[in-house]
Amino acid sequence: MEIFNPHSNIHFLRLRRFTIGIAIFLVAASLVLIYTKGLNYGLDFTGGVVVEVQYQQSVDIADVRQALDKGGFGHSVVQPLGGTREVLIRLQPKDDPKALDKNGKVNVDQVAQDVLSALKAAGEKVTIKQHSFVSSEVGASLRTKGIYAVIFVIIGIMAYLWIRFERRFAVAALLTEIHDAVVTVGIFALTQRQFDLTVLASVMAVVGYSINDKVVVFDRVRELFRLARKADPEEILNRSINSTLSRTIITSLLTGITMLCLFLMGGPVVHGFAITMMIGIVVGTLSSIFIASPILLWLGVSKKDLMPRTRDNPELARRP
Amino acid sequence: MSDFPRWKYALVIVVLALGVLYAVPNIFQRQPAVQISANRGATVDQALDTRVDGILKKHHIPVVKSELDSKKHRLLIRFANPEIQLKASDAIKEALGDKYVVALNLASTVPDWLRSIHANSMRLGLDLQGGVHFLMEVDQQAVRDKQENAYTEDIRSLLRDHRIRYINVAKASNGVGVNAVLRSSADRDKAATLIASNYPDLTLANGASNDNRYVLTARLSEDKLRELAQKAITQNVGTLRNRINSLGVSEPLIQQQGDSRIVVELAGVQDTAEAKKLLGATATLEYRADYGTPQDAIQAEKTGIVPPEARLYHMRSGQPVLLSKKVIATGDQLLNASSGVDPQTGTPSVSVTLNSAAAKRMFDFTSANVGKLMGVVYKETIPETKVIDGKKVRTSKTTEVVINNATIQGVFSNKFQTTGLESPEAASQLALLLRSGSLAAPVQIVEERVIGPSLGRDNIHKGVLAVLVGLAAVLLCAGIYYKLFGLVADIALFFNLVLLVAVMSMIGVTLTMPGIAGIVLTLGMAIDSNVLICERVREELRNGSTPLASIRAGYEKAWSTILDANVTHLLAALALMTMGTGSIKGFGVTLFIGILTSLFTSVTVTHAITALLHGGRKLKSLSV
Repeated sequence: MEIFNPHSNIHFLRLRRFTIGIAIFLVAASLVLIYTKGLNYGLDFTGGVVVEVQYQQSVDIADVRQALDKGGFGHSVVQPLGGTREVLIRLQPKDDPKALDKNGKVNVDQVAQDVLSALKAAGEKVTIKQHSFVSSEVGASLRTKGIYAVIFVIIGIMAYLWIRFERRFAVAALLTEIHDAVVTVGIFALTQRQFDLTVLASVMAVVGYSINDKVVVFDRVRELFRLARKADPEEILNRSINSTLSRTIITSLLTGITMLCLFLMGGPVVHGFAITMMIGIVVGTLSSIFIASPILLWLGVSKKDLMPRTRDNPELARRP
Repeated sequence: MSDFPRWKYALVIVVLALGVLYAVPNIFQRQPAVQISANRGATVDQALDTRVDGILKKHHIPVVKSELDSKKHRLLIRFANPEIQLKASDAIKEALGDKYVVALNLASTVPDWLRSIHANSMRLGLDLQGGVHFLMEVDQQAVRDKQENAYTEDIRSLLRDHRIRYINVAKASNGVGVNAVLRSSADRDKAATLIASNYPDLTLANGASNDNRYVLTARLSEDKLRELAQKAITQNVGTLRNRINSLGVSEPLIQQQGDSRIVVELAGVQDTAEAKKLLGATATLEYRADYGTPQDAIQAEKTGIVPPEARLYHMRSGQPVLLSKKVIATGDQLLNASSGVDPQTGTPSVSVTLNSAAAKRMFDFTSANVGKLMGVVYKETIPETKVIDGKKVRTSKTTEVVINNATIQGVFSNKFQTTGLESPEAASQLALLLRSGSLAAPVQIVEERVIGPSLGRDNIHKGVLAVLVGLAAVLLCAGIYYKLFGLVADIALFFNLVLLVAVMSMIGVTLTMPGIAGIVLTLGMAIDSNVLICERVREELRNGSTPLASIRAGYEKAWSTILDANVTHLLAALALMTMGTGSIKGFGVTLFIGILTSLFTSVTVTHAITALLHGGRKLKSLSV
């Protein structure tokens, strides 16, 4: 079975001004969104108390908010948790003065009980599933660590590509990686979905996935340059995209399917992860086709940059 | 086929066989059980087994199997379901009392022959079995204070011994360092040389001085401070482990994280308040001689003038007591403490055993003071956070209460009793805290998560389902799209899952929900190598190569791409691993191992099967 025409030769690069324009717009828009709307950071990063409750009957989020308002928890964040019966409530310890002892130390069990009684006051049958507490210091240190980790990934990958390929490939990969990461996070800013540690981890997994895609195209670019007698960069880049197109899309579909399964079956704990991956797969696939190669073209990649430097070590060029 | 050597077939067979062997234990579901181990003084033996059997029979609780492990000194009793397990645990606890630790446990059902080759099932994270998670931070300032206070004493006696006259030796008012105030510049130089040679860990500096006050400041060096902090962590980890053991949790996780944090994960514990009280508080005792008469104490309270050799304390009732500044014995010199009822007074009591140094001092003291009073100060340190000038400052509040001021009935040294405690519960709680040893520095809980057991069961059920459905979906798609080559890839993908699980079990990875997400993602991405190979083979066929040449060229050309793509991906997984907080680390580790196993299964295993299927035959076409 073949879905894609093996002899397709769509002129992707002809669209390059248009696609790069869109990419720049998306990155700019994402940055603006992240800056203005901000991310809906989860407990991991903000610190505070999270109480997860389960209703016996399905419940309206607005009603939960109202019940919390009445109970004096007006500042809390309420989120549905997969389905209509489970609700996550996030609040800061200072929202519940009753649970603070005279030294400012919070009694988390007390907070959970107070929230529960506020909800019960609205007349619904509700139980606590779990509750957690993270201090704000821990949250802040995690955020810094997370940013370092993302930077480490991007620089490490760039260095590898520089050594294995060539400078221009490393730069092109770096730019597309930034695009993918920023746009993925931007979508979180737009939708205000909760951004927690799992989501951060999956953003890094997106970077890993998307670089995988680029490397496959780059590998073909290198191969075609080396084989071609008359190497017109634009034509070679275009041929590389076309001949890897089938693989790019099939792999994305298969990975996407597994993430869809995870989303549907895995429960609310992994929702954030699965959604980020699905967004990232779409963004990464599109950027492999429409963004990485135009950048490579503009950076002026040429045949002579890609010929093996030392004749006595052709091993490096083609490992069996 | 000539380009696939025999040794590689052997390698594939051996690796896959080992993979199956080490992955299989995970199929065996754990069984709810109750584990009984002995506290000090008690033994776990056949008699206990019979006794527990009797207790369970009396309550009509059906037992699946009971195992006596004489080597590990524990008795393990398995039950059919968690409800029976809970009932049994309550019944046994009540009957055995606090001589034994009764803990809920999920016992492995892996057959012995598998366990003998160290094939065990993966440990489940808290999110998969329920429990509590604490992140605790050690108070570094308290560590420094404690050490500097000790140095203050040492410097004083050092100067006294060498007849260097000083005005004052005290902790600096800003909380860092010890200030010694001397009478002359010459004295200060002498003192500096003396201190430097005796205590190389201190860095010395001359402070402000006027006519007759010459200040010498001694500070702990940074290296020493770091060493102390590390020691404090190590000791805390040890103490926490002891305390948690007496809480009766099986397989607790207690680990250092970073410079000053400790992670504590207790599977199956639901009463967080109880656990927290034990983890957060530090208690110690100080045995001090009584000073003066009761009237003196009331006088001191009224006037605020306390004799220089004494300190003013209060009893629980609020009554003032004067005790000598000299400490006879402290809590960290305790070897053992157990609660009971004092046969003479009938009040709850704690029996204490001291180490030899403290025993000697106690003997000297009691020999000279029979009939006099000796006070027991209960010192409790409660960590707390205060907001000062808009900044959060972590402090700890120490409350000191004289819990007992009793007449010394006779001369004793290493064994004696403290009586007069409020209730049997208070006695056993105090004994428990004392037994666990005193903490080197107060710790504070900075993160806390509680996961209910039903949520854990729910999570693991959903996680396994997601893995299986995800796997099935990919198997189906690959099989349809790439026909025979797809089926070969399917076999490889299945073995990838097996190998991944085997490696994770072997190196002892704790499986968490993000870890399961990592497994699903790995399955989705592992197929990529096969997509690359199949697409290459198709391309070669289109270019007019013969089937066998196409297979060879397909694998050869795809390998370079697969390698590059996977190395970059490994870098990403590595960052996730090193970023390493709890569950995210689990995700990174899973991804990392998954990429490595997929390299083997997607390339080597599929190549072996393909070579076996197509080798030595004349082929007209390929099913790809």
